[in-house]
Amino acid sequence: MKIALNLNSWNTRGLIFVGVLMLALLLGGPEVFDLFVLLKVILFISTAMLALSMAFIWGFGGILCFGQSAFFGLGAYAYAIGVINIGESTVPILLSVLVPAGFAILLGYFIFYGRLSDIYLAVVTLAVTLILYAFIRSTSGEEYVIGSARLMGFNGISSIPVFNWPGFPNSPLWPDDIFYVAMTLLILVYFGFRVLLRSRFGRVVVAIKENETRAEYLGYDVRFYKMITFSIGAGVAGLAGCLFVSFNNFINPDVFALGLAAQIIMWVLIGGVGTLVGPMLGSLALQMLYNWLGTQSFVSFLNTYLVFGAIILFFVLAVPQGLQPTARLLALRFLPFTRSPEEAEEADRARQGAGDD
Amino acid sequence: MTDTRPPILETRGLTMRFGGVVAVDNVDFSLAEGELRCLIGPNGAGKTTFFRCLTHQYKPTSGHVMYRGDDITGLHTHQIARLGIGIKTQVPSLFDGLGVHENIWISARRHHKDREANKAADQILERLSLGHLAKKVVGQLAHGERQGVELAIVLTGDPELILLDEPTAGMTHEEVSRTTEMIREINRTASLIVVEHDMQFIKAIANKVTVFNQGAILVEDTMENVLRNQQVRDVYLGKREVA
Amino acid sequence: MDTVALLIIEVLNGISSLALTCAGLAIIFGMMRVINFAHGEFMMLGGYTTVVATNAGVNIWISMLILSPLVVGIIGILSERLIIRFFYGRMVDTLIATWGLSLLLIGIVTAIFGNYITGVSAPLGNFALGQYQLSVYRLVLIGLVALLFVGIYLVFTRTRLGLIARGTMQNPNQAAALGISPPRVYMVTFGIGAALTGLAGGLLAPISQIIPTVGFTYVAQAFITVITGGTGAVTGTIIASGIFGTVRQLVTYETTPIIGGVVLLIVAVVVLRLLPQGITGKIFRRSL
Repeated sequence: MKIALNLNSWNTRGLIFVGVLMLALLLGGPEVFDLFVLLKVILFISTAMLALSMAFIWGFGGILCFGQSAFFGLGAYAYAIGVINIGESTVPILLSVLVPAGFAILLGYFIFYGRLSDIYLAVVTLAVTLILYAFIRSTSGEEYVIGSARLMGFNGISSIPVFNWPGFPNSPLWPDDIFYVAMTLLILVYFGFRVLLRSRFGRVVVAIKENETRAEYLGYDVRFYKMITFSIGAGVAGLAGCLFVSFNNFINPDVFALGLAAQIIMWVLIGGVGTLVGPMLGSLALQMLYNWLGTQSFVSFLNTYLVFGAIILFFVLAVPQGLQPTARLLALRFLPFTRSPEEAEEADRARQGAGDD
Repeated sequence: MTDTRPPILETRGLTMRFGGVVAVDNVDFSLAEGELRCLIGPNGAGKTTFFRCLTHQYKPTSGHVMYRGDDITGLHTHQIARLGIGIKTQVPSLFDGLGVHENIWISARRHHKDREANKAADQILERLSLGHLAKKVVGQLAHGERQGVELAIVLTGDPELILLDEPTAGMTHEEVSRTTEMIREINRTASLIVVEHDMQFIKAIANKVTVFNQGAILVEDTMENVLRNQQVRDVYLGKREVA
Repeated sequence: MDTVALLIIEVLNGISSLALTCAGLAIIFGMMRVINFAHGEFMMLGGYTTVVATNAGVNIWISMLILSPLVVGIIGILSERLIIRFFYGRMVDTLIATWGLSLLLIGIVTAIFGNYITGVSAPLGNFALGQYQLSVYRLVLIGLVALLFVGIYLVFTRTRLGLIARGTMQNPNQAAALGISPPRVYMVTFGIGAALTGLAGGLLAPISQIIPTVGFTYVAQAFITVITGGTGAVTGTIIASGIFGTVRQLVTYETTPIIGGVVLLIVAVVVLRLLPQGITGKIFRRSL
């Protein structure tokens, strides 16, 4: 029984499920988790948002950016430098979105209006994040200052002021409150993407991913749509970077390194390219795996490279669609109540038709 | 037979070179407004390359393409589409992962607002008898059905000039006759350039025909005259190249 | 006067080591259009083979010129058979699969050898150029690399093997109709590309870091050089190496190797923007 998996379908039941889950987490979080766990959850939220940004531009926009970490890092540094200079956190949070988004417009113009192909895009974005890594690392000297904030090079910037209540620079947010802010932002971003994908813009972006030439023949300026998509993804990644700093109060250039850039791709690959929830779960799963591996000292040969490499190979060879679509396919097959009306119809027809051949 | 209607599409000295090969050789072409012209010729004659120069898939090595008197040679593909030129390629170019209705909606949305675009898509589906396919994912359709969907997408924009590359390739007889009717109907409001091989189909729709050979226009005449033309016969039967 | 000579040698050094890192990739990506993200790791393996063998008593030249290519060639063929051949034609999937392979290889090497291993020093000692002491080996390397590229070019244009390989890449169906097995050709060609990469890693072992993650420093520069080189796999790589190697070396001379690498990437990105088909795509339109 073959059911067409239309990943672009607006599955209301699924959405309600996700929405309820996220709300539960939002409201129940601080009650259930103690401080230590809560901070870890904020970290997960930050990476989930980063995964979302990549899920959007790659899974729905068809843009394989190998250097999404660049925007994450730019957002983090923008917040850090902003808040050190301004002393109040509201504008820096905005900066953490606008700086990467702006940079992405420039880079996007360069890439998409220059008609560079997908491979070149992957390599160029990788080059960008490596360039940023190398450059920021070298800024340890005292002369590298933006306003009153030293870049600190490979040492990283520490004691970064945490979020404060808007307008009250001397009222910092407690971890509980930061959690509420982070989780709310994540919910807004997730449903924001959902709404965007239902809008004309979103539907055109997906169509462009499907067939760029056909979209052009219909009169759509593909270069523009891709540039904007790229920029939106960068802005969200930047916001995730800002949240990352809020959890850590610390940022260093490692955020630009190949390691994170690679992990982002893994999250989406494992979670499922073409879905939004999958990569969030993928980032969660891999983060937890990473942490668990760090504590496993007895299986010393199971270093992170080995495990991650094996995981990627496994997924690419055996489960190419990723976890979420595979899980969904299995659910569709064996759990009828998860099907949308069309999928149910399709399944019935398939079951009837199977006898006619 | 001269045409007194103003030309909607012209080419002047259009040339396309690939390395050492001259695929289109200094072609002057003219299509009158409201006309339906078929481009025919043996394989490798250059008609598809010429077509691709018109659709801006290729950037011509030299020469000009004029639309209603304006030079459109340097424009981007999406710009010429916005001028009211509809394009249907040889291999159906569709949004394979999306549904049929969605495919048409994307086309319709360029010209209508959200809700109207939905209605326009429904209308086109009805008009082309494709309503039963509305929810199906395009990637799973049969070849003839895909051709039909692509035609629907092209027509949605109410283009003034339509460029069709082998619209009946892979179609059944019944689908071909339906397409013939459709094209005749479209011709009432739009000019058309059709690249084709199916002689029956061409006879059914075409008035004037342009025969390509070796990158240049060999003959331009009505279908009857062309079929009787000895040079054309020689060229199709692969006789020595015509001087 | 000495400084000029030194600079020239440094630049030639820069060009030849860049070209060397790209040699295998020119075949694998340039000709086969396979994105091997494990390229850096193949080089690393070549380096490790040389170091381990030499430290175990094998003559360094044999380690570099015979063992490294052999070992990495075999690993390459295994990779092709077990992983890569399933993704031909799908660039993104190949990218991700080979990237998984690269992580796996780093992991295996780290598990076996740990994070640090004693290296080997460059053979042939130093010579004096005015007030400077230069490594003879580096000079010899320049010559070896030049020979290598001439050899690659000749093999692929003058020998039957080369002709079969190029023909199969361009039209596998036609090749099959002539009795050639495309899968076998792909396997052998990939193996040769891997062997060349291993050779590069081995030759560079005396003058580079020997750590499991050394591949990272090669991969971005190698890819961007080969891509910018364009459709002519060998000639493009040579020209791109020439330009970028010079730029990188001159900048490094004035500043640091890191800045040199950064400028290389920036220059390449700009060149690519101006010539989307690569250098040889527009100007030469060569197939090799």
